[in-house]
Amino acid sequence: MGLLFHIGQYFMLLGEVFSKPERRSVYWRRTVEEMELLGVKSLGIVALLSLFMGAVIAIQTKTNIDSPLIPFYVVGFTVRQSTILEFSPTIISLILAGKVGSTIAAEIGSMRVREQIDALDIMGVNSAGYLILPKIIATALINPFLIMISMFLSIFGGWMAGVVTGIISSENYIAGVQWDFDPYIVTYALIKTGVFAVIIATVSAYHGYYTRGGTREVGISSTKAVVYSDVVILIANYLLTQLLLL
Amino acid sequence: MIEVRGLWKSFGNVEVLQDINTTFKKGKVNQVIGKSGSGKSVLAKCIVGLTPLTRGEVLYNGESFQAMDKERRKALRQEIGMLFQSSALFDSLTVLENVMFPLRMFATMSVPQMRERADFCLHRVNIMGQDKKYPAELSGGMQKRVGIARAIAMQPQYLFVDEPNSGLDPQTSIVIDNLIREITEEFNTTTLVITHDMNSLMGIADEVYFIHNKHLWWQGTRAELVKSDNRELEEFIFAGSLMRQVRKALRGE
Repeated sequence: MGLLFHIGQYFMLLGEVFSKPERRSVYWRRTVEEMELLGVKSLGIVALLSLFMGAVIAIQTKTNIDSPLIPFYVVGFTVRQSTILEFSPTIISLILAGKVGSTIAAEIGSMRVREQIDALDIMGVNSAGYLILPKIIATALINPFLIMISMFLSIFGGWMAGVVTGIISSENYIAGVQWDFDPYIVTYALIKTGVFAVIIATVSAYHGYYTRGGTREVGISSTKAVVYSDVVILIANYLLTQLLLL
Repeated sequence: MIEVRGLWKSFGNVEVLQDINTTFKKGKVNQVIGKSGSGKSVLAKCIVGLTPLTRGEVLYNGESFQAMDKERRKALRQEIGMLFQSSALFDSLTVLENVMFPLRMFATMSVPQMRERADFCLHRVNIMGQDKKYPAELSGGMQKRVGIARAIAMQPQYLFVDEPNSGLDPQTSIVIDNLIREITEEFNTTTLVITHDMNSLMGIADEVYFIHNKHLWWQGTRAELVKSDNRELEEFIFAGSLMRQVRKALRGE
Protein backbone atom coordinates (compact mmCIF):
# COMPACT_ATOMS: atom_id res chain seq x y z
CA MET A 1 0.00 0.00 0.00
CA GLY A 2 2.83 2.37 0.92
CA LEU A 3 4.54 1.83 -2.42
CA LEU A 4 1.30 2.36 -4.34
CA PHE A 5 0.64 5.54 -2.36
CA HIS A 6 4.07 6.93 -3.26
CA ILE A 7 3.73 5.98 -6.93
CA GLY A 8 0.33 7.70 -7.05
CA GLN A 9 1.62 10.79 -5.25
CA TYR A 10 4.68 10.87 -7.54
CA PHE A 11 2.54 10.95 -10.68
CA MET A 12 0.19 13.53 -9.17
CA LEU A 13 3.21 15.70 -8.43
CA LEU A 14 4.34 15.29 -12.05
CA GLY A 15 0.88 16.48 -13.12
CA GLU A 16 1.47 19.68 -11.12
CA VAL A 17 5.01 20.03 -12.44
CA PHE A 18 3.95 19.91 -16.07
CA SER A 19 1.06 22.36 -15.74
CA LYS A 20 1.28 25.75 -17.46
CA PRO A 21 4.09 27.98 -16.10
CA GLU A 22 3.15 31.41 -14.74
CA ARG A 23 6.02 33.20 -16.51
CA ARG A 24 8.00 31.33 -19.14
CA SER A 25 10.87 33.82 -18.96
CA VAL A 26 11.33 33.21 -15.22
CA TYR A 27 11.23 29.44 -15.72
CA TRP A 28 13.75 29.64 -18.56
CA ARG A 29 16.14 31.74 -16.47
CA ARG A 30 15.88 29.18 -13.70
CA THR A 31 16.52 26.37 -16.17
CA VAL A 32 19.78 27.99 -17.29
CA GLU A 33 20.84 28.43 -13.64
CA GLU A 34 20.03 24.79 -12.95
CA MET A 35 22.02 23.69 -15.99
CA GLU A 36 25.05 25.31 -14.46
CA LEU A 37 24.39 24.04 -10.93
CA LEU A 38 23.40 20.49 -11.82
CA GLY A 39 25.32 20.00 -15.05
CA VAL A 40 28.40 22.15 -15.47
CA LYS A 41 29.39 21.75 -11.83
CA SER A 42 29.27 17.95 -12.26
CA LEU A 43 31.76 18.03 -15.12
CA GLY A 44 34.81 17.61 -12.87
CA ILE A 45 33.70 14.41 -11.19
CA VAL A 46 32.38 12.98 -14.47
CA ALA A 47 35.68 13.70 -16.22
CA LEU A 48 37.79 12.26 -13.42
CA LEU A 49 35.76 9.06 -13.14
CA SER A 50 35.60 8.54 -16.90
CA LEU A 51 39.34 8.94 -17.46
CA PHE A 52 40.23 6.47 -14.74
CA MET A 53 37.50 3.97 -15.56
CA GLY A 54 38.57 3.89 -19.22
CA ALA A 55 42.17 3.39 -18.12
CA VAL A 56 41.23 0.57 -15.76
CA ILE A 57 39.04 -1.20 -18.35
CA ALA A 58 41.94 -1.11 -20.85
CA ILE A 59 44.44 -2.55 -18.37
CA GLN A 60 42.00 -5.14 -17.02
CA THR A 61 41.07 -6.30 -20.53
CA LYS A 62 44.66 -6.62 -21.61
CA THR A 63 45.88 -8.42 -18.49
CA ASN A 64 42.91 -10.81 -18.22
CA ILE A 65 42.70 -11.95 -21.83
CA ASP A 66 46.32 -11.87 -22.90
CA SER A 67 46.53 -14.67 -25.45
CA PRO A 68 47.89 -14.91 -29.00
CA LEU A 69 44.42 -16.07 -30.07
CA ILE A 70 42.81 -12.82 -28.97
CA PRO A 71 42.75 -10.28 -31.83
CA PHE A 72 44.79 -7.06 -31.49
CA TYR A 73 41.77 -4.83 -31.49
CA VAL A 74 40.07 -6.38 -28.47
CA VAL A 75 41.26 -3.81 -25.91
CA GLY A 76 40.04 -0.75 -27.82
CA PHE A 77 36.86 -2.58 -28.77
CA THR A 78 36.09 -3.61 -25.19
CA VAL A 79 36.75 -0.14 -23.81
CA ARG A 80 34.48 1.42 -26.45
CA GLN A 81 31.64 -1.05 -26.02
CA SER A 82 31.62 -1.12 -22.23
CA THR A 83 31.95 2.66 -22.09
CA ILE A 84 29.21 3.51 -24.57
CA LEU A 85 26.79 0.74 -23.66
CA GLU A 86 26.98 0.77 -19.87
CA PHE A 87 29.70 2.71 -18.13
CA SER A 88 28.94 6.22 -19.37
CA PRO A 89 25.13 6.18 -19.52
CA THR A 90 24.41 3.96 -16.52
CA ILE A 91 27.30 4.15 -14.07
CA ILE A 92 27.80 7.88 -14.56
CA SER A 93 24.04 8.39 -14.16
CA LEU A 94 24.19 6.44 -10.89
CA ILE A 95 27.04 8.70 -9.78
CA LEU A 96 25.03 11.75 -10.83
CA ALA A 97 22.05 10.42 -8.88
CA GLY A 98 24.29 10.63 -5.82
CA LYS A 99 25.61 14.10 -6.52
CA VAL A 100 22.74 15.83 -8.29
CA GLY A 101 19.92 13.85 -6.64
CA SER A 102 21.05 14.67 -3.12
CA THR A 103 21.47 18.34 -4.08
CA ILE A 104 17.94 18.51 -5.48
CA ALA A 105 16.34 16.73 -2.51
CA ALA A 106 18.27 18.77 0.05
CA GLU A 107 17.49 22.07 -1.64
CA ILE A 108 13.76 21.43 -2.05
CA GLY A 109 13.52 19.69 1.36
CA SER A 110 15.15 22.67 3.08
CA MET A 111 12.74 25.01 1.34
CA ARG A 112 9.86 22.87 2.56
CA VAL A 113 10.86 22.80 6.23
CA ARG A 114 11.69 26.51 6.18
CA GLU A 115 8.22 27.38 4.83
CA GLN A 116 9.58 28.74 1.55
CA ILE A 117 7.39 26.38 -0.47
CA ASP A 118 4.38 27.54 1.56
CA ALA A 119 5.39 31.10 0.71
CA LEU A 120 5.36 30.23 -3.01
CA ASP A 121 1.95 28.58 -2.68
CA ILE A 122 0.53 31.56 -0.82
CA MET A 123 1.66 33.88 -3.60
CA GLY A 124 -0.25 31.72 -6.08
CA VAL A 125 2.92 30.29 -7.65
CA ASN A 126 2.75 26.65 -8.71
CA SER A 127 5.56 25.65 -6.36
CA ALA A 128 6.01 22.18 -7.87
CA GLY A 129 6.32 23.58 -11.38
CA TYR A 130 8.53 26.50 -10.38
CA LEU A 131 10.97 24.37 -8.40
CA ILE A 132 11.00 21.07 -10.26
CA LEU A 133 10.33 21.72 -13.97
CA PRO A 134 13.55 23.73 -14.56
CA LYS A 135 15.54 20.94 -12.89
CA ILE A 136 13.97 18.28 -15.13
CA ILE A 137 14.60 20.29 -18.30
CA ALA A 138 18.12 21.21 -17.18
CA THR A 139 19.18 17.64 -16.40
CA ALA A 140 17.49 16.24 -19.53
CA LEU A 141 19.37 18.79 -21.66
CA ILE A 142 22.76 18.78 -19.98
CA ASN A 143 23.20 15.12 -19.00
CA PRO A 144 23.51 13.84 -22.59
CA PHE A 145 26.41 16.29 -23.07
CA LEU A 146 28.01 15.10 -19.84
CA ILE A 147 27.67 11.52 -21.00
CA MET A 148 29.15 12.25 -24.41
CA ILE A 149 32.11 13.92 -22.72
CA SER A 150 32.33 10.90 -20.43
CA MET A 151 32.39 8.53 -23.43
CA PHE A 152 35.19 10.47 -25.07
CA LEU A 153 37.25 10.77 -21.89
CA SER A 154 36.82 7.12 -20.97
CA ILE A 155 38.03 5.94 -24.38
CA PHE A 156 40.82 8.53 -24.18
CA GLY A 157 41.73 7.26 -20.69
CA GLY A 158 41.99 3.72 -22.07
CA TRP A 159 44.26 4.93 -24.85
CA MET A 160 46.48 6.84 -22.40
CA ALA A 161 46.80 3.88 -20.04
CA GLY A 162 47.51 1.48 -22.90
CA VAL A 163 50.12 3.63 -24.55
CA VAL A 164 51.78 4.90 -21.35
CA THR A 165 52.14 1.41 -19.86
CA GLY A 166 53.11 -0.02 -23.24
CA ILE A 167 50.55 -2.83 -23.14
CA ILE A 168 49.09 -1.82 -26.51
CA SER A 169 50.16 0.37 -29.37
CA SER A 170 48.26 3.51 -30.25
CA GLU A 171 47.38 2.18 -33.71
CA ASN A 172 46.00 -1.12 -32.37
CA TYR A 173 43.93 0.65 -29.72
CA ILE A 174 42.43 3.10 -32.23
CA ALA A 175 41.76 0.26 -34.67
CA GLY A 176 39.94 -1.56 -31.89
CA VAL A 177 37.87 1.52 -31.04
CA GLN A 178 36.85 1.84 -34.69
CA TRP A 179 36.25 -1.86 -35.31
CA ASP A 180 32.66 -2.89 -36.15
CA PHE A 181 31.22 0.37 -34.88
CA ASP A 182 27.45 0.67 -34.96
CA PRO A 183 26.34 4.30 -34.38
CA TYR A 184 23.05 3.03 -32.95
CA ILE A 185 24.75 2.20 -29.65
CA VAL A 186 25.38 5.93 -29.13
CA THR A 187 21.70 6.63 -29.81
CA TYR A 188 20.81 3.87 -27.35
CA ALA A 189 23.14 5.36 -24.73
CA LEU A 190 21.74 8.87 -25.18
CA ILE A 191 18.13 7.66 -24.93
CA LYS A 192 19.03 5.92 -21.68
CA THR A 193 20.80 9.04 -20.43
CA GLY A 194 17.76 11.21 -21.11
CA VAL A 195 15.45 8.80 -19.28
CA PHE A 196 17.86 8.50 -16.34
CA ALA A 197 18.18 12.30 -16.14
CA VAL A 198 14.41 12.65 -15.80
CA ILE A 199 14.38 9.88 -13.18
CA ILE A 200 17.13 11.56 -11.15
CA ALA A 201 15.41 14.96 -11.21
CA THR A 202 11.87 13.78 -10.54
CA VAL A 203 12.52 11.07 -7.93
CA SER A 204 14.87 13.35 -5.98
CA ALA A 205 12.51 16.32 -6.25
CA TYR A 206 9.64 14.11 -5.06
CA HIS A 207 11.52 13.18 -1.90
CA GLY A 208 12.51 16.79 -1.27
CA TYR A 209 9.05 18.19 -1.95
CA TYR A 210 7.30 15.90 0.51
CA THR A 211 9.84 16.34 3.31
CA ARG A 212 8.13 16.88 6.67
CA GLY A 213 9.85 17.89 9.89
CA GLY A 214 13.25 19.50 10.26
CA THR A 215 16.87 19.25 9.24
CA ARG A 216 17.11 15.58 10.19
CA GLU A 217 14.28 14.76 7.80
CA VAL A 218 16.00 16.77 5.06
CA GLY A 219 18.99 14.45 5.46
CA ILE A 220 16.75 11.39 5.35
CA SER A 221 15.06 12.72 2.20
CA SER A 222 18.44 13.23 0.53
CA THR A 223 19.45 9.67 1.29
CA LYS A 224 16.12 8.31 0.06
CA ALA A 225 16.41 10.40 -3.09
CA VAL A 226 19.73 8.78 -3.97
CA VAL A 227 18.66 5.23 -3.06
CA TYR A 228 15.34 5.36 -4.92
CA SER A 229 16.84 7.13 -7.93
CA ASP A 230 19.45 4.37 -8.16
CA VAL A 231 16.85 1.61 -7.85
CA VAL A 232 14.59 3.17 -10.49
CA ILE A 233 17.58 3.76 -12.82
CA LEU A 234 18.60 0.10 -12.54
CA ILE A 235 15.07 -1.10 -13.30
CA ALA A 236 14.74 1.36 -16.19
CA ASN A 237 18.16 0.30 -17.48
CA TYR A 238 17.03 -3.30 -17.71
CA LEU A 239 13.74 -2.40 -19.40
CA LEU A 240 15.35 0.01 -21.88
CA THR A 241 18.08 -2.48 -22.75
CA GLN A 242 15.48 -5.11 -23.50
CA LEU A 243 13.37 -2.66 -25.49
CA LEU A 244 16.14 -1.03 -27.49
CA LEU A 245 18.71 -3.78 -28.01
CA LEU A 246 16.73 -6.99 -28.41
CA MET B 1 -13.37 40.58 5.27
CA ILE B 2 -12.86 36.89 5.93
CA GLU B 3 -15.63 34.66 7.29
CA VAL B 4 -15.00 31.25 8.75
CA ARG B 5 -18.02 28.94 8.89
CA GLY B 6 -18.11 25.66 10.78
CA LEU B 7 -14.40 24.98 10.37
CA TRP B 8 -13.21 21.59 11.62
CA LYS B 9 -9.71 20.30 11.22
CA SER B 10 -8.23 16.99 12.19
CA PHE B 11 -5.02 15.16 11.37
CA GLY B 12 -5.91 11.48 11.22
CA ASN B 13 -7.78 10.75 14.43
CA VAL B 14 -6.46 13.84 16.20
CA GLU B 15 -8.90 16.72 16.18
CA VAL B 16 -7.20 20.10 16.29
CA LEU B 17 -10.02 22.54 15.65
CA GLN B 18 -13.75 22.11 16.15
CA ASP B 19 -16.58 24.20 14.76
CA ILE B 20 -14.84 27.56 14.39
CA ASN B 21 -17.24 30.31 13.33
CA THR B 22 -16.09 33.89 13.12
CA THR B 23 -15.39 36.94 10.98
CA PHE B 24 -12.07 38.75 10.57
CA LYS B 25 -12.71 42.40 9.88
CA LYS B 26 -11.29 44.56 7.11
CA GLY B 27 -8.94 47.37 8.09
CA LYS B 28 -8.43 45.82 11.53
CA VAL B 29 -5.64 43.92 13.19
CA ASN B 30 -7.30 40.62 14.11
CA GLN B 31 -5.12 38.72 16.55
CA VAL B 32 -5.54 35.01 17.16
CA ILE B 33 -4.09 33.92 20.48
CA GLY B 34 -3.80 30.64 22.31
CA LYS B 35 -1.35 28.31 23.98
CA SER B 36 1.40 26.63 22.00
CA GLY B 37 -0.14 23.71 20.12
CA SER B 38 -3.66 25.07 20.43
CA GLY B 39 -4.10 25.16 16.66
CA LYS B 40 -3.60 28.88 15.90
CA SER B 41 -1.18 28.32 13.03
CA VAL B 42 -3.31 25.44 11.74
CA LEU B 43 -6.28 27.82 11.67
CA ALA B 44 -4.28 30.35 9.64
CA LYS B 45 -3.07 27.64 7.24
CA CYS B 46 -6.66 26.40 6.82
CA ILE B 47 -7.86 29.92 6.08
CA VAL B 48 -5.20 30.59 3.43
CA GLY B 49 -5.73 27.15 1.93
CA LEU B 50 -2.32 25.66 2.70
CA THR B 51 -4.05 22.90 4.65
CA PRO B 52 -7.39 21.44 3.51
CA LEU B 53 -10.29 21.69 5.95
CA THR B 54 -11.92 18.57 7.36
CA ARG B 55 -15.24 20.39 7.30
CA GLY B 56 -16.59 23.92 6.87
CA GLU B 57 -15.74 26.79 4.59
CA VAL B 58 -13.85 30.05 4.42
CA LEU B 59 -15.30 33.04 2.60
CA TYR B 60 -13.21 35.88 1.19
CA ASN B 61 -15.51 38.88 0.73
CA GLY B 62 -18.44 36.46 0.60
CA GLU B 63 -16.84 34.07 -1.91
CA SER B 64 -16.22 30.53 -0.69
CA PHE B 65 -12.57 29.52 -1.04
CA GLN B 66 -13.58 25.86 -1.11
CA ALA B 67 -15.94 26.44 -4.04
CA MET B 68 -13.33 28.30 -6.12
CA ASP B 69 -11.68 26.61 -9.08
CA LYS B 70 -7.89 26.44 -9.43
CA GLU B 71 -7.58 29.64 -11.47
CA ARG B 72 -9.78 31.67 -9.12
CA ARG B 73 -7.78 30.44 -6.12
CA LYS B 74 -4.60 31.45 -7.88
CA ALA B 75 -6.02 34.91 -8.54
CA LEU B 76 -7.17 35.24 -4.93
CA ARG B 77 -3.75 34.28 -3.64
CA GLN B 78 -2.27 37.25 -5.42
CA GLU B 79 -4.40 39.35 -3.07
CA ILE B 80 -2.93 37.60 -0.03
CA GLY B 81 0.34 38.56 1.63
CA MET B 82 1.84 36.40 4.34
CA LEU B 83 4.70 36.85 6.75
CA PHE B 84 5.89 33.50 8.05
CA GLN B 85 7.34 32.75 11.47
CA SER B 86 10.68 31.98 9.81
CA SER B 87 10.27 34.89 7.36
CA ALA B 88 10.57 32.28 4.55
CA LEU B 89 12.73 34.51 2.37
CA PHE B 90 14.31 32.73 -0.58
CA ASP B 91 17.95 32.08 0.33
CA SER B 92 19.26 32.19 -3.21
CA LEU B 93 17.73 35.60 -3.94
CA THR B 94 18.92 39.00 -2.72
CA VAL B 95 16.71 41.30 -0.65
CA LEU B 96 15.62 43.19 -3.75
CA GLU B 97 14.99 40.00 -5.74
CA ASN B 98 12.90 38.60 -2.88
CA VAL B 99 10.63 41.65 -2.85
CA MET B 100 10.46 41.73 -6.65
CA PHE B 101 9.70 38.00 -6.85
CA PRO B 102 5.86 38.16 -6.76
CA LEU B 103 5.95 41.09 -9.17
CA ARG B 104 8.14 39.14 -11.61
CA MET B 105 5.77 36.20 -11.46
CA PHE B 106 2.48 38.04 -11.79
CA ALA B 107 2.63 41.78 -12.30
CA THR B 108 2.23 43.26 -15.77
CA MET B 109 4.78 46.01 -15.34
CA SER B 110 8.19 46.78 -16.74
CA VAL B 111 11.35 45.91 -14.83
CA PRO B 112 11.98 49.59 -13.85
CA GLN B 113 8.40 49.80 -12.53
CA MET B 114 8.92 46.58 -10.56
CA ARG B 115 12.12 48.01 -9.17
CA GLU B 116 10.30 51.19 -8.20
CA ARG B 117 7.57 49.24 -6.44
CA ALA B 118 10.10 47.05 -4.61
CA ASP B 119 12.05 50.15 -3.54
CA PHE B 120 8.82 51.68 -2.23
CA CYS B 121 8.02 48.54 -0.20
CA LEU B 122 11.53 48.31 1.21
CA HIS B 123 11.47 52.00 2.05
CA ARG B 124 8.09 51.50 3.72
CA VAL B 125 9.57 48.92 6.09
CA ASN B 126 12.67 51.06 6.67
CA ILE B 127 15.12 48.81 4.85
CA MET B 128 17.48 50.97 2.87
CA GLY B 129 20.81 50.17 1.22
CA GLN B 130 20.47 46.40 1.76
CA ASP B 131 19.25 45.53 -1.75
CA LYS B 132 22.15 43.31 -2.70
CA LYS B 133 22.40 41.41 0.58
CA TYR B 134 21.19 37.83 0.92
CA PRO B 135 18.75 36.83 3.70
CA ALA B 136 21.50 35.01 5.61
CA GLU B 137 23.36 38.32 5.93
CA LEU B 138 20.44 40.04 7.68
CA SER B 139 19.38 40.07 11.33
CA GLY B 140 16.11 38.36 12.36
CA GLY B 141 14.31 41.71 12.63
CA MET B 142 15.48 42.80 9.20
CA GLN B 143 14.42 39.48 7.70
CA LYS B 144 10.93 40.03 9.13
CA ARG B 145 10.81 43.50 7.63
CA VAL B 146 11.90 42.22 4.22
CA GLY B 147 9.23 39.51 4.62
CA ILE B 148 6.64 42.24 5.21
CA ALA B 149 7.94 44.18 2.19
CA ARG B 150 7.53 41.07 0.03
CA ALA B 151 4.06 40.43 1.48
CA ILE B 152 2.84 43.94 0.56
CA ALA B 153 4.52 44.08 -2.87
CA MET B 154 1.34 43.00 -4.67
CA GLN B 155 -0.83 45.41 -2.60
CA PRO B 156 -2.69 42.61 -0.83
CA GLN B 157 -6.20 42.87 0.54
CA TYR B 158 -5.45 40.21 3.13
CA LEU B 159 -2.36 40.07 5.30
CA PHE B 160 -1.48 36.99 7.36
CA VAL B 161 1.25 37.19 9.95
CA ASP B 162 2.42 34.10 11.82
CA GLU B 163 4.24 34.75 15.10
CA PRO B 164 5.82 38.01 13.98
CA ASN B 165 7.83 38.48 17.17
CA SER B 166 9.27 35.02 17.69
CA GLY B 167 13.01 35.21 18.17
CA LEU B 168 13.06 39.00 18.31
CA ASP B 169 14.10 41.30 21.16
CA PRO B 170 11.33 43.44 22.73
CA GLN B 171 12.40 46.62 20.97
CA THR B 172 12.48 45.05 17.51
CA SER B 173 9.15 43.35 18.29
CA ILE B 174 7.58 46.75 18.85
CA VAL B 175 8.96 47.99 15.53
CA ILE B 176 7.46 44.99 13.71
CA ASP B 177 4.13 45.35 15.55
CA ASN B 178 3.89 49.02 14.68
CA LEU B 179 4.68 48.23 11.07
CA ILE B 180 1.83 45.70 10.95
CA ARG B 181 -0.52 48.24 12.49
CA GLU B 182 0.51 51.01 10.07
CA ILE B 183 0.29 48.78 6.99
CA THR B 184 -3.17 47.56 8.01
CA GLU B 185 -4.42 51.13 8.28
CA GLU B 186 -2.57 52.41 5.22
CA PHE B 187 -3.63 49.62 2.84
CA ASN B 188 -6.94 48.84 4.58
CA THR B 189 -6.07 45.14 4.71
CA THR B 190 -7.84 42.39 6.61
CA THR B 191 -4.92 41.50 8.86
CA LEU B 192 -4.78 38.27 10.81
CA VAL B 193 -1.93 37.94 13.29
CA ILE B 194 -1.14 34.65 15.03
CA THR B 195 0.65 35.33 18.29
CA HIS B 196 1.11 34.49 21.92
CA ASP B 197 3.02 37.68 22.60
CA MET B 198 0.98 39.66 25.14
CA ASN B 199 2.87 42.89 24.45
CA SER B 200 1.88 42.64 20.81
CA LEU B 201 -1.70 41.88 21.81
CA MET B 202 -1.97 44.91 24.09
CA GLY B 203 -0.11 47.07 21.59
CA ILE B 204 -1.84 46.59 18.25
CA ALA B 205 -4.86 44.25 18.42
CA ASP B 206 -8.24 45.58 17.36
CA GLU B 207 -10.02 42.24 17.65
CA VAL B 208 -8.88 39.28 19.70
CA TYR B 209 -9.73 35.60 19.07
CA PHE B 210 -8.80 33.11 21.77
CA ILE B 211 -8.40 29.48 20.70
CA HIS B 212 -8.69 27.05 23.58
CA ASN B 213 -9.53 23.39 23.83
CA LYS B 214 -9.98 23.15 20.01
CA HIS B 215 -12.66 25.84 20.02
CA LEU B 216 -12.87 29.56 19.47
CA TRP B 217 -13.30 30.10 23.18
CA TRP B 218 -13.63 33.86 23.28
CA GLN B 219 -13.62 36.82 20.93
CA GLY B 220 -13.88 40.54 21.42
CA THR B 221 -12.04 43.82 21.32
CA ARG B 222 -8.95 44.65 23.34
CA ALA B 223 -11.03 46.76 25.73
CA GLU B 224 -13.46 43.87 26.25
CA LEU B 225 -10.55 41.54 26.86
CA VAL B 226 -9.35 43.56 29.84
CA LYS B 227 -12.81 43.49 31.38
CA SER B 228 -13.54 39.89 30.54
CA ASP B 229 -14.05 37.46 33.38
CA ASN B 230 -13.65 34.37 31.23
CA ARG B 231 -11.54 32.14 33.46
CA GLU B 232 -9.51 30.36 30.75
CA LEU B 233 -8.83 33.62 28.95
CA GLU B 234 -7.73 35.29 32.17
CA GLU B 235 -5.46 32.40 33.02
CA PHE B 236 -3.82 32.65 29.62
CA ILE B 237 -3.53 36.43 29.28
CA PHE B 238 -2.71 37.34 32.82
CA ALA B 239 -0.48 34.41 33.66
CA GLY B 240 2.50 36.69 34.26
CA SER B 241 2.74 39.03 37.24
CA LEU B 242 3.45 41.99 34.99
CA MET B 243 0.27 41.39 33.03
CA ARG B 244 -1.71 41.05 36.27
CA GLN B 245 -0.45 44.47 37.32
CA VAL B 246 -1.38 45.87 33.91
CA ARG B 247 -4.91 44.52 34.38
CA LYS B 248 -5.19 46.09 37.82
CA ALA B 249 -4.03 49.41 36.41
CA LEU B 250 -6.45 49.21 33.46
CA ARG B 251 -9.36 48.27 35.71
CA GLY B 252 -8.42 51.03 38.15
CA GLU B 253 -8.11 48.57 41.03
